[in-house]
Order: sequence, then structure tokens, then C-alpha cells
Amino acid sequence: MYTQGLDEAPGPDVDESFDPASLLPDDEASAELRFQARIDAEDRIEPTDWMPAEYRRTLIRQIAQHAHSEVIGMQPEGNWITRAPSLRRKAVLIAKVQDEAGHGLYLYGAAETLGVSREELVDQLVSGEVKYSSIFNYPTLTWADMGAVGWLVDGAAIMNQIPLCRCSYGPYARAMVRVCKEESFHQRQGYELMLTLSRGTPQQQAMAQDALNRWWWPAIMMFGPSDADSVHSAKTMRWKIKRFSNDELRQKFVDVTVPQAEYLGLTVPDPDLRFNDETGHYDIGPIDWDEFFAVVRGDGPCNRQRLATRRAAHENGAWVRAAAEAHSRKQQERQQSSEPAATEPAATEPAATGQVA
Amino acid sequence: MTPGWPLWEVFVRSRNGLAHKHVGSVHAVDATMALTNARDVYTRRSEGTSIWVVPSAAITASDPADKDALFDPAGDKIYRHPTFYDIPADVKNI
Repeated sequence: MYTQGLDEAPGPDVDESFDPASLLPDDEASAELRFQARIDAEDRIEPTDWMPAEYRRTLIRQIAQHAHSEVIGMQPEGNWITRAPSLRRKAVLIAKVQDEAGHGLYLYGAAETLGVSREELVDQLVSGEVKYSSIFNYPTLTWADMGAVGWLVDGAAIMNQIPLCRCSYGPYARAMVRVCKEESFHQRQGYELMLTLSRGTPQQQAMAQDALNRWWWPAIMMFGPSDADSVHSAKTMRWKIKRFSNDELRQKFVDVTVPQAEYLGLTVPDPDLRFNDETGHYDIGPIDWDEFFAVVRGDGPCNRQRLATRRAAHENGAWVRAAAEAHSRKQQERQQSSEPAATEPAATEPAATGQVA
Repeated sequence: MTPGWPLWEVFVRSRNGLAHKHVGSVHAVDATMALTNARDVYTRRSEGTSIWVVPSAAITASDPADKDALFDPAGDKIYRHPTFYDIPADVKNI
């Protein structure tokens, strides 16, 4: 799961009219030109290659936000694991939540290749310094939300992530290939769940409709502000970190998702939604950007809860990390002390103390 | 996470007959934990039959700045490729 909307938030001290190359010594300016030429030629940038400082900063911010979103994204669905209605659904949900953890780890790994440490990244998340996707600040109120989240939220994430598989930065692009393969399972299990509910009892149908009503607009907002208000778009497009604008991706999502809703027999909660014969696309009603920015600022329904839960999990895991370190240390000491006396029988005491890790 | 857990590079053999291929990295206190973490992170869908973990610090890599010096000399030695040689079409099995 992921949204790119956050990478559009204006940076603290970025003056867009300022061209950093103009101040650089000649050799660095020409390095920038060579760098851009490689990007234009669809060459990929690898960790040890020269890159402009702002390219590095932009990528660290975007990949970190993406990773944090995967990690926080475990919470809305983890909420329903114990209450899944069947063993099959429970196994699927556990696998999906585990995937989100895995996606977070692929992405932290990619960010670390740019010179930021895992500890810094984790600290940025638990201190609230770096944001995650605003979609995860909405609550999952009913079981049907597990269907709507998989279908809509993961569906929107796929729209965003497929172009990222061709991102100019190699490690990020490679992480995205793995993520996209797994994300498809997430979306399909969600749609299947919605299909089951929408073919079920009137109460189940009503649950499915209610979930669509609550998740449609937040999913639409996942693509971020309109192109007109997008601060970083031009630069990230030129660097081929991003290849389509927010509005283009949003339109693609609407075009593929509306027929899927129709197949379910559900109504998209947008009275202005209609197919435009001239453009061949669906037109949608106005998006409530006030709500979007309020949630990004921290005033969504679950912002505080999500961060508090993440922080508690990190703090409550401290003893596990300490135990793992202690176990490793003991193992090393035992190995060292047994080496000179190789003829003596091996230590009989089982390494039970390490099993807590 | 306590600062300084070492980084391990992960290589997975997808099936016997193929080489191990780099898939990513994990942090772990020791090799055993690195293997366990690599298994959970990189082989949740039967992607492998064997995993190697190698301390990242143990890898010596070529410097991108040396790219030309290392690899350019091969560029003008096209006679090392079979297609460099013209063989009449009438000659078979060569």
C-alpha cells in the first residue's frame, strides 16, 4: 500500500525558481549535466554513482514515506485478524499484513543505500517527523472494510507503484518490482471479499456499500493534490523518479475502478460521476481537499492512535532486541572459549536463553 | 533497534541449476538471525531453494569512477565475439 500524495508537500526551504546548478563550480555543474544525460538515456542510477544532493534528498524522503506507509498500513488490517469470519479469510489477512511488513523492509533497505540509517528512519517515524500516507488515518469500522481497503487502497497503490518500477534509481525500482507482484494478491483478495458480500444477504450488501461509501474519496485522494498545486512534480518528472502526474494516475484509477464497482452492483458515492463520451474517461465531482490537508496535518480520525500504536510496538520490542544482542554475544563468547580446547566435549548446556529472540 | 546491527546482503537460488542472485539486504545481530530474517523477507512465495547471507562489510566493490579504466578496454576488442568472423553461408555447422 502506498500513496505518493505526501511527496507533494512543500519542503521547508525549497525555492523552486532557484537553479542550484547556477551556483556550483563548473565541474559540479557539468556533473549535473552528465547525470541528467544518463537519466534521459534511461540509464539507471546505482548507490555508488554520483548524484545531485537534491536528488538524493528527494529520494530519501519519498522512499522513507513509502516505507513508513507500509509499516503503518499494517494497523488498519491487523485490527481485524482476530475477528476474521473464517480460517481462510484469517490466513489471507495474516499473509497480507505480513507482506506489508515485508514491503516496509524492502523500502527501508532501498532508502539505506542512499546513506540514511535504519535507526534514523525508525526514529523519524515514531517521532512523527516524517509522514506516512494519510489513507491509514481512517478507521476500519467493519469487516467489509477489509474488502474495500484491498480493492481500493491497494488498487490505487498499484496505479502509483507500477510506474515506479521504472524509476531512475535502481534499488527503489527493484524494490517496487517485488512489491507490485505481491500487491496484486492484495487487491484481488479484497475484490473477492467485496464480491462475496455483494452476493450475500441484504445486510452484507449494505455493509459492502457502506465500506465503498467511506473509502472511495480517501482512495481518490491517495494520488495527492491536483497537478496545478503540485510543488515537486516538474523536478521529479525530469529526474524520472515519477513518470505520470497525480491527475493522470487518478484518472486511470477511476476509469478502471468504476466498472468494477458496477459489477459488484454497488454505487460509487459521487453524484457527479459520469462517463464522458468525448474524452473517453469518467468525470468525477469536486474533491474535498480541505479534508485531505486536515488529515495530512494530523487531524484525521486515527492519526494519534496510529503513531501511539507504532511507538508502543517499538518500545515494547526493546527487550526482544536486547535479548537478540545478548544471545549473539554469548554465542560468540562460547565459540571463542571452546576454540582453544577443541578436544574437550562440546558444551552440554542448550542455548535455551536465546530462544526468546 | 539498537544502533549498529550489521547489514547482510541476501542471495537466493530460485531453483537448482541456477546461480544465487542478489535480492536485497537485512539487518541482523548474527548470521543465524540474518538467515531467518532473509527467509521471512525474501522467500514468502517459494522464491528459493537456498539462501546465502554475506556481511555487507565483507564485499569489495569496484569504484564507479574506475568504470572506464576497467571496462572500456573490452569495448574495442570485438574480435572476441564469434560474430566478428565472416563465414560463407555455404559452410554449415560452425
